[in-house]
Amino acid sequence: MADILVFCEVAGGKVKGTARELLGKAKELADGGDVTACLLGSDLGDAADGLGELGADTVIKVEHDALASYVPGAWAAALSQAIEDNNPDVVLGAASVLGKDLLPRAAALLEAGVAADCTDLREGDDGIEGTRSLYSGKALATVSVNSEPKFFSIRPNSFVIGDVEAGDGDVEDFEADLEDDYGYEVVEVESSGGDVIDLTEATRIISGGRSLKSLENFGLFDEPARLMGGAIGASRAAVDAGYATHSMQVGQTGKVVNPQLYIAAGISGAIQHLAGMRTSKVIVAINKDADAPIFQHATYGIVGDLFEVMPMLTEELAKVLSD
Amino acid sequence: MKIGVLLKQVPDTESKIRIAGGGDGIEDGDIKWIINPYDEYAVEEAIRLKEKLGEGEVIILSLGPARTLDAARTALAMGGDRAVILDEDAFQGSDAYGTAKALAAAIEKEEIGIVFGGRQAIDLDNNQVPQIVGGLLGWPHATWINSFEFEGDSATVKRPVGGGSVDVVKVSIPAVFTCSKGLNEPRYASLPGIMKAKRKPVTKYSADDLGVSDDVGADNALTVLSDFTPPAARPAGRILQGELSDQVAELVKLLREEAKVL
Ligand SMILES: Cc1cc2nc3c(=O)[nH]c(=O)nc-3n(C[C@H](O)[C@H](O)[C@H](O)COP(=O)(O)OP(=O)(O)OC[C@H]3O[C@@H](n4cnc5c(N)ncnc54)[C@H](O)[C@@H]3O)c2cc1C
Ligand SMILES: Nc1ncnc2c1ncn2[C@@H]1O[C@H](COP(=O)(O)O)[C@@H](O)[C@H]1O
Repeated sequence: MADILVFCEVAGGKVKGTARELLGKAKELADGGDVTACLLGSDLGDAADGLGELGADTVIKVEHDALASYVPGAWAAALSQAIEDNNPDVVLGAASVLGKDLLPRAAALLEAGVAADCTDLREGDDGIEGTRSLYSGKALATVSVNSEPKFFSIRPNSFVIGDVEAGDGDVEDFEADLEDDYGYEVVEVESSGGDVIDLTEATRIISGGRSLKSLENFGLFDEPARLMGGAIGASRAAVDAGYATHSMQVGQTGKVVNPQLYIAAGISGAIQHLAGMRTSKVIVAINKDADAPIFQHATYGIVGDLFEVMPMLTEELAKVLSD
Repeated sequence: MKIGVLLKQVPDTESKIRIAGGGDGIEDGDIKWIINPYDEYAVEEAIRLKEKLGEGEVIILSLGPARTLDAARTALAMGGDRAVILDEDAFQGSDAYGTAKALAAAIEKEEIGIVFGGRQAIDLDNNQVPQIVGGLLGWPHATWINSFEFEGDSATVKRPVGGGSVDVVKVSIPAVFTCSKGLNEPRYASLPGIMKAKRKPVTKYSADDLGVSDDVGADNALTVLSDFTPPAARPAGRILQGELSDQVAELVKLLREEAKVL
């Protein structure tokens, strides 16, 4: 039995999909212990409502003006104070862009350790332990944490959550004691526009390589990605050639993704690319070279020219998914 | 100003990784050791800052076994001024927290005023040490930066935060920054640079010097790795056959009915 606190990220007034995943897993691992959801922000609106359905027994809302935008020092102070007050055995958070930045600093304030970017969690001999992927996915290891509490950050989409036993979902406010100035001011947010799903959290991804030959040709992926509710990624060769932006790069020097479905079209499957996507549940390779290394990692492969295959795939997806 | 660079030596990504006998680590026999690629951006940005200021000192800080000095020498050959190496036995086996504790103590001891590190070390992909250093020193940190403008008592940086958004942030100095691809093009070490690097000073501190004996080393680690295994081989995939259009129809059917991911 363990008391587990889940740091839930909020976007657009609602908790993110990763919160559902982590609360569900927490409920399973708590084994009768308390599951607490913790939300941070300046105005959380009704984001705390309904989290009982996802498994939370308690929901802690930490609202403060200093938390209006992501300021690492302020967020780490607020989160560590809420954790100290709640005194859980385990803290879970997503290994998202924000989670990777925040959790180590929040944990350090409590002299606690973080098992980072875990792809699995389970009950071990000494409490909850995790699995980590190391050396670009060339090794796996068990990670245990010797501190109170134990922090784990979890690679998004690591768990498929079925039915979860509902918790009470009682909402409490926690007043964090924060300073006015943490020496970090977000002066502007540049956006490439639209409501783009971040690659690291996407459940379906379609990625293209150098073979796409132009920025315009990446447009071939817009419709299938929209139909699947997915995001578009790219190899480094495509990014370096200017066909895609760096925020789309998957791999060692790009993003680590973990979707249910990863479609690699015209990507050779270099080790550095694999480092970013090899934990995907299902990998589809579309490549005209039957010997391309990507086929050794693919669940399904089509040997063919992507410029022929993509329009057919779009049409087929439209047939089955548009209604 | 003293400019610190956090630098870790890691296996080249092309290196073959073999699990050591008992599964408690990897064999480091045939590994080619390199500077963590992201830390090269940190070295470059530190040198550029010194060049821009026209004064100051670039100090390479690295914790690791004796071979770490090779990576530090390479950074000195690029243009770093001196190195602080934490290679005493007591430091070996430190986890992210212990490593950060030692590095933060060295930063204080050296009176360093700004720190650059890499976005993550590509061996264990922890992505933690610089944030912890920031937390321990009480300095702001900004991770994953791909643009850096120094303005004296602050710097304005850009950091991609996902979904195509970029935060433009003004950070007060002293601060810790972690560098991402796109920030700069790291320079190569020149031949004269390599010659000069051999004579550049290297300072070593013990865990006692830094007052961190109770935090560093395997015995004090808060996170422990065990049971190393190679990744499970993926079951052999299925290469579809037949007319291309039939293959595509079959693929979509398999994704829906067999894999259930659509
Ligand atoms: C330190 C370091 C870090 C790196 N980090 C990354 C990283 O983060 N991400 C990353 O992706 N790479 C990274 N790389 C680069 C990596 O090694 C490869 O060079 C890169 O992934 C290749 O991209 P690609 O597959 O698009 O291009 P290529 O290797 O050129 O492969 C193109 C593929 O497309 C196929 N093809 C061509 N035309 C068609 C067509 N019409 N239809 C179907 N198939 C076609 C070809 O058969 C080939 O397999 C890194 C390299 C280094 C050294
Ligand atoms: N042993 C170390 N010595 C010096 N710097 C380190 C060390 N470990 C990590 N760092 C720095 O912290 C960054 C992130 O590393 P990590 O948290 O291990 O992924 C690296 O890119 C380095 O800049």
